[in-house]
Amino acid sequence: MTNQELQDLITGWFTDPAAVKLEFTEEGSQFLNLSIHPDYLHELMYYLKLNRNTSFDYLFCLTGIDWGKELEVVYHLESTDYRHIMVVRSKIEDRENPEIESVQDIWATANFHEREAFDLFGIRFKNHPNLKRLFLSEDFEGYPLRKDFVDEKNMVVK
Amino acid sequence: METATINNNFKSEEYFINMGPQHPATHGVLRLLLTIDGEIIKKVEPDLGYIHRSIEKMCENDSYQQIVHLTDRMDYLSSHINNEAVCLAVENALELEVPDRVKVIRTILDELTRISSHCLWWGVMGMDVGALTSYFYGFRDREMINDIFEETCGARLTMNYNIPGGLMHDIHPNFVRRVKEFITHFKTKIPEYDRLLTGNIIFQKRTKGVGILNKVDAISFGATGPVGRASGYSCDVRKYHPYSALDRVHFNEALHTDGDSYARYLVRIQEMWESISIIEQLIDYIPDGDHKVATNAVIKLPKGEYYQKVETARGELGVYIVSTGTKNPYRVKFRSPGLSNLSLLNHITVGGKIGDLVATMATIDIVVPDIDR
Repeated sequence: MTNQELQDLITGWFTDPAAVKLEFTEEGSQFLNLSIHPDYLHELMYYLKLNRNTSFDYLFCLTGIDWGKELEVVYHLESTDYRHIMVVRSKIEDRENPEIESVQDIWATANFHEREAFDLFGIRFKNHPNLKRLFLSEDFEGYPLRKDFVDEKNMVVK
Repeated sequence: METATINNNFKSEEYFINMGPQHPATHGVLRLLLTIDGEIIKKVEPDLGYIHRSIEKMCENDSYQQIVHLTDRMDYLSSHINNEAVCLAVENALELEVPDRVKVIRTILDELTRISSHCLWWGVMGMDVGALTSYFYGFRDREMINDIFEETCGARLTMNYNIPGGLMHDIHPNFVRRVKEFITHFKTKIPEYDRLLTGNIIFQKRTKGVGILNKVDAISFGATGPVGRASGYSCDVRKYHPYSALDRVHFNEALHTDGDSYARYLVRIQEMWESISIIEQLIDYIPDGDHKVATNAVIKLPKGEYYQKVETARGELGVYIVSTGTKNPYRVKFRSPGLSNLSLLNHITVGGKIGDLVATMATIDIVVPDIDR
């Protein structure tokens, strides 16, 4: 499907797209970008994988970005049937206690990638069966990939 | 704890053992927490992070030229391909068209890297199942590729030969001759590999029907590279999103449908033949021209996001760069093939024997610095 067809199809799934903060953009990226409110993410992802026309069965990248005020989770999806690619993003405003639904029940690969995002950004994925730090030790303090992380001993800031 | 009664007299019990972090079969510093019942594996939990260097955080303070150098410390057996991934992402962002000569040389070096990585894997694979000879055979042939790299790139393992805009230097005058010599030599060696391991009945018994992964699970776990292709999942980035000179060569994607350790083995052997074929198609037709185009000393990417996929010897490597328009990236993410491939280890080894775990891990071909980053 082309980007426009995808956009029309997905918008049609919602009775009120503005209520779930559904937005599409292609600006500044080579893929179609979709952003949605974190509360509705899991349901959307479920349909994106199961719908016959979208069929996004391959989650090839899951990561976080720290935008200062808010944290963003970015999912790169590809369909192995149609080879179309889409990026789904969701911004979490609560920095102190960032929470989002886990998608590891939809794509098994999300298990490790969500643990990585939890480890390095402190984003808690709800309903994750084994949400532990992946790389750092359990007693490590702070989340290193956040922009406000400071470590005077080990970090060289140029 | 679960117990089972055998003959009313003896009880079997589950218990934990540690495999690694310094275990020869884990190919690096990886610790596996095994829950076993006798010889049967109940659960495998990898414990990662022993060589985590936070390369992604380091990138946020580096210029784009400096990032290239960090990438060959990830999957050190595919260092040239990692370098290329970052360079391609930066070149696409700047809308920079590199000369044809650069594209062809990059692809030849990519495929040499792939052969060299598979040679090492083949040697170590044999060693993991108890055949020491293969180790020396694999390293003997890999040595010739390393010599070619040393002459042209100046290093044997961490090459740093790609720069945004092209190549650091032009190729050495001996390059074409030596690659041809290697190809002639190596074509007689793969049949030797086949005689030693592929057709060996002991080897086949260790690998056939072991660690089976089906296609649906392969896609769900994000398995790529030979691991995915052995399960019948067509996932070669070189076919679906061709880069550099790959759009002008013909090659077959190595596909098998059995999904067991033996299929993963066969895919890699076939990939070596395909890599030879790609090099042969290009080596006589390296175009004349410059080996790089000039870029600014300080590279600033336009505001936006850039994603580049490449096929390393282990699978799909993704480089995701978020730029805010300054000389440093705002965020860099490396989607490493190893992490996704490792995550399915528990899925395919549970219920098998502990001895098979070692053989299965060898065919997944993990490189730990690639996973830990």
